[in-house]
Amino acid sequence: MTSLLALNVGSALLWGLFATGLLTLLMSGSQGLGWSRISFPYMIGSMFTSHRGRAMGIGFLVHLAVGMSFALLYALVFESWQWATWWLGGLLGVFHGLFLLAVLMPALPDLHPRMASTHHGPTPTRQLEPPGFLALNYGRSTPVLTIVGHIVYGMLLGLFYPLGGGGLL
Amino acid sequence: MHSPDDQYAPIEDYAVIGDCASAALVGTDGAIDWLCWPRFDSPSIFAALLDAERGGRFQVRPTQDVSSVERRYMGDTNVLETTFTTETGVLRLTDLMPVGPPEAYRRELWPTHEILRRVECVEGTVPVQVACEPQVEYAQLDLSFEDRGAHGFFYNYDGAVLIARSEVPLTPSPGQNALYGEQTLRAGDRRFLSLTYDDEAPAVLPLLGDHAQRKLARTINYWRDWAGQCEYDGPYRDAVVRSALTLKLMTFAPSGAIVAAPTTSLPEAIGGERNWDYRYCWLRDAALTLRALYELGYEDEGRAFFSWLLHTTRPTAPELQVMYDVHGNTNLTERTLSHLEGYRQSPPVRVGNGAHDQLQLDTYGELISAAYEFVRREHELDPWHRRLLVSLGNEVCARWEEPDEGIWEVRSGRHHHTFSKAMCWVALERLLALHEEGYVTVPVDRYRTEAAHIRAAVEEQGYNEEKESYVATFGGDRLDASLLLLPTYGYKEATSPRMKSTFARIHEELAQNGLLHRYPPDTDDGFTSEEGAFGLCSFWDEEMFARLGRLDEAREKLGETIGYANDLGLFAEEIDPETGAFLGNFPQAFTHVGLINAAITITKAEEEAPTALHEQPDPQ
Repeated sequence: MTSLLALNVGSALLWGLFATGLLTLLMSGSQGLGWSRISFPYMIGSMFTSHRGRAMGIGFLVHLAVGMSFALLYALVFESWQWATWWLGGLLGVFHGLFLLAVLMPALPDLHPRMASTHHGPTPTRQLEPPGFLALNYGRSTPVLTIVGHIVYGMLLGLFYPLGGGGLL
Repeated sequence: MHSPDDQYAPIEDYAVIGDCASAALVGTDGAIDWLCWPRFDSPSIFAALLDAERGGRFQVRPTQDVSSVERRYMGDTNVLETTFTTETGVLRLTDLMPVGPPEAYRRELWPTHEILRRVECVEGTVPVQVACEPQVEYAQLDLSFEDRGAHGFFYNYDGAVLIARSEVPLTPSPGQNALYGEQTLRAGDRRFLSLTYDDEAPAVLPLLGDHAQRKLARTINYWRDWAGQCEYDGPYRDAVVRSALTLKLMTFAPSGAIVAAPTTSLPEAIGGERNWDYRYCWLRDAALTLRALYELGYEDEGRAFFSWLLHTTRPTAPELQVMYDVHGNTNLTERTLSHLEGYRQSPPVRVGNGAHDQLQLDTYGELISAAYEFVRREHELDPWHRRLLVSLGNEVCARWEEPDEGIWEVRSGRHHHTFSKAMCWVALERLLALHEEGYVTVPVDRYRTEAAHIRAAVEEQGYNEEKESYVATFGGDRLDASLLLLPTYGYKEATSPRMKSTFARIHEELAQNGLLHRYPPDTDDGFTSEEGAFGLCSFWDEEMFARLGRLDEAREKLGETIGYANDLGLFAEEIDPETGAFLGNFPQAFTHVGLINAAITITKAEEEAPTALHEQPDPQ
């Protein structure tokens, strides 16, 4: 059994921050190019406030924190296998992205306090458009872009996490 | 085969609604024939205004024949109410683009843009029909609605989404590219319909019913509160408040810019080629717009507009463009949309504006006058504003002797325009005044020398002794209504012999049925078709009457010109002096600026000594 003590927390958080930043950049770029309307910062931030500007700010910070936390999970997997490469990180990213699209997104209307139910019309407190299956409501390219974004996230972690030392070296 | 007259409503039959970032035109037939989202100069969602067959519209109207239509804005608001009377009853349609105070946007989620329509049966029984036919990107994209049940109909394109929700049941057309509905309403029945736009994020679904009713009430309160801040309380209050509300509608709130009009290519001559895109911001009327805003008490809007002016011109300074987009971008390349037939089959439909890279020397005077107006009100000027203004002054010294296209952006080449030269003089005089007050530091001797040279040139070459009038171009004999502004900008006393005789000549040669043309109709401006009278010039004319102390005539003329407004108090750019029909883009911000300034000048002239408006020594 792998010891948690072998985990290089600093390296995981550092590269988690970097990978989340790049993921956010890719997703924002795809919004700007009109490929998808999915916005993790807005979806997260609007859980806390109705103010669009503040929602983006809060969501951006929370998304970074979540991305860094997930990096710890990735690092744990790398440590448990005593092995980390870019393609292994990429494979984890595929799983991560698919889980997000197929499990979390359909459940989001039940978790998000401002998201409209899939089965009923919007109400004064629940007006945000739900993502639907694979988040297809936000544009047909959304599933592909989300998975690609998370593959890049995982590849970066797989590539750079071992450079920080820890149990893998 | 329909004739253009059957298919296209007169321009004056339109009303405007908006949300201070975008605007829609609504006809007396309940059709929204023009809408661009997300901002004024975005590609259209509805453009039946420019192509009745292909452009797309969103119509709500009685199914039966309508015996009469009445409409009004609900008091001092931009909420439109259209009442249709039919054989069996009376139907009222209320149209708005919801807006609210800043705190309202913090309390709940808002779609980025929304058109909210309330249809209610007031008397009897009225069958209603709805047709929502978006044709996005100037009718160049062929997309279809996705029916998401209780969430509405979704129209995804290019990272944006249109959502239609309605309490009148809607059915998609066979191709799923339009929605239609019909329902009979009885007295007391009320239905809401909403069309929203969101992009780059999950959409906010529009709410109907009581929530929509609250949104309507909030929008009415917002506009009433805003209109209530108007400090003008003279005899033309209704016209002035409507003009202020219209000006506010054409303000792009995120940047403070004011667009000339929310439309493109409404022709200045039916069948002619004078079709331009006015969804941009001109420097030409900066000072007069700023003056109107401050005089009415709209200081926040004045500050925002001035800030936009200087931030926008900074990247190109000391060169100035004629116009910029709402964010200050300079690339407004003109292109023609040949697939649209044009209003009443008057092509071309143009987007972008080819005049953006013309040289208009008068803009220097107008921008620096705006700065002068700002300093008079705010008593401050940022250091980088100071540097910018001085760089503009130096540019004037270097370039005033060049020919330019002039204030009217003619496309017949460059000439030495008298008004442009006079405005160069105004630019230097205003900077010298700001220098004396300690706001800028300019090379005084150089500016004084150049200003004297400019003035001498204008008086020698811009005044035609034979005609006893200032003339449009140096050495010419043609008149130009822009010369009426010389006293407004302090170049010349209105009561000076030269201005008095110029005023008389302008009336002789440019007036028609109480309105003024901007220049003689046979002037070579690069086009063969004839245009209408220029609404803005008529208001300048009335200001001139007031400055001359001829107040009875000023009042009479102003009343006469205001009488040319449509039933809602709105003006287009031009008016056909024979028929009173509107021509050109609609509604026109600067025509309304002209109305506001004329009303203020006349009212002040009644209260004060008329000479107080002029400060410059006048040797001739």
